[in-house]
Amino acid sequence: MATVAHNGVSERIWRRFTAAQRLSRFVVYLVIVAAIVLSIQTIEVIPEFLADAPEQVADLFARMWPVDFPYYPGGVHDALMETIHIATLGTLLSMVLALPVGVLAARNLVPFAAVNLAAKLVLVSSRSVNSLVWALLFVAIFGPGALAGTLAIAFRSIGFVGKLFGEALEEAHPGPIEALTAAGAPWTSRMTFGYWPQVKPAFWSIALFRWDINVRESAVLGLVGAGGIGMVLDSALNLFQWNRVALILVAILAVVILAEVAVTQVRRRIL
Amino acid sequence: MTDPATVAKTLPSDPFRRDVWPRVAAGVLVLYVLYACSRLDVSWERVQTGLENAERFFSRLFPPNFQRWDLLVKGLQESLEIAVLASTLGILLALPIGLCAARNLMPPWVTWPARLIVVMARSFHPVIVAIVFVKAVGFGALAGTLALTVASIGFIGKLFTEAIEEISLKQVEAVRATGAPFASVLAYGVLPQVFSRFIGFATYQLDSNLRNSTMVGIVGAGGIGGTLFAAFQRFDYDFVCAILIAVITLIMIGEVLATAVRAIFIENATLADLLRRGDKMRRVRHSEDD
Repeated sequence: MATVAHNGVSERIWRRFTAAQRLSRFVVYLVIVAAIVLSIQTIEVIPEFLADAPEQVADLFARMWPVDFPYYPGGVHDALMETIHIATLGTLLSMVLALPVGVLAARNLVPFAAVNLAAKLVLVSSRSVNSLVWALLFVAIFGPGALAGTLAIAFRSIGFVGKLFGEALEEAHPGPIEALTAAGAPWTSRMTFGYWPQVKPAFWSIALFRWDINVRESAVLGLVGAGGIGMVLDSALNLFQWNRVALILVAILAVVILAEVAVTQVRRRIL
Repeated sequence: MTDPATVAKTLPSDPFRRDVWPRVAAGVLVLYVLYACSRLDVSWERVQTGLENAERFFSRLFPPNFQRWDLLVKGLQESLEIAVLASTLGILLALPIGLCAARNLMPPWVTWPARLIVVMARSFHPVIVAIVFVKAVGFGALAGTLALTVASIGFIGKLFTEAIEEISLKQVEAVRATGAPFASVLAYGVLPQVFSRFIGFATYQLDSNLRNSTMVGIVGAGGIGGTLFAAFQRFDYDFVCAILIAVITLIMIGEVLATAVRAIFIENATLADLLRRGDKMRRVRHSEDD
């Protein structure tokens, strides 16, 4: 707040933020603008390719039409089902694996900072590796196929489910737990009757949310050989069978929309 | 006054009695898992041979090989450029689309097309969108940028719409009552109410774009992903390890920066505050952090 003399009367200028706050915001804006300018200057854009783009897009749609629907029963259906199995099994496995890690990460349940930190490290590393990278690793270990895909989905989801589950546990109301402790309840009873009923809705809602994401993610895992519809997509792309690519894209779109509708319905009915 | 005896009668005999349906659901789930495992050819022998492979694989992964660091730096730089430009473009495009999709401000004939765009943009994984853009604009960073722009439109558009639909209309009405034009209603009635949430998901999207920009290279859309995939296919596992370490470091730095930006804009922290209380910053993380 500065005081300025105005017509002989000193007047206060009210400002919402302090100078330090304004400076901090300015620094953020400056960094953002600098990053954008630098990126535009250095990004590699090949002008010939860009000039060619409208023609290529037209060509793409011309090749995609007509969509090869007759191919669906023989070539796409099984792969699509496999994708859904990968997403579902992966989510289930991640829930089983994330439960203990989430419990260990919750500060009110496990009062040892070192354990909390170790659990959080597991969660962060699970989230920092993209599901495609997890898929590459598991393909190298287990060979191409749905097993690698399922494990990739599961390991990528542990971090997500475990983090949100741990936060739900930390937000649980301490009243019921204190009551149980006062009644002399053992640890297992405190967990099943104190914490679990409080975090149950959050847990199922996290699982549903993640399943929805996993349906989308499992569709691309096949590009690196981890099973599902992505493998069919990959071979159609390599053979330039664009009308089959169009069919696969339509199939993925349908499944993703159905999954979203299913999740919304289940959430409304049960949670 | 109710007599304790009648109260006891109205209570269920066993207060902890379980419902039947969760058990049925659990049974169905177990059956499904067995069925799906049989379909996916998951067997114990495969897991066992896999564990043997894993041992060999991990021994070749270490120690990481940073000899081709110039390739690594070039890839990371391209990934960063893709993430920055895609976030910028995506946010710029998502704001008007998200605004048009808000049911409390716009008529239905405007919201429906806008909602359709957002749903379409959200439906496909960025890597699949990248395939289409690689065909359209050729191999390279431009395809990746456009693919992630589409992903950003989907995510920011959806959340921005939801944020606007939850605002209090009182301020909007007050600004309108002064005879303000529509632009002023937006600038003084709507945007201040959604600004902090906007910062939340904009930083989240930058973070998410950074993660995906390291992946779109798998289909030839620029960034470190191409290098990673090539190294994998040539069984250069020690270089793979080096790339993974670099990518994870980049993503973690991105996450720290995103948290700092959120603290500055949402909690009104200063740069000095951030250096002093690294601990407090952790609280402002976005709950939808992925």
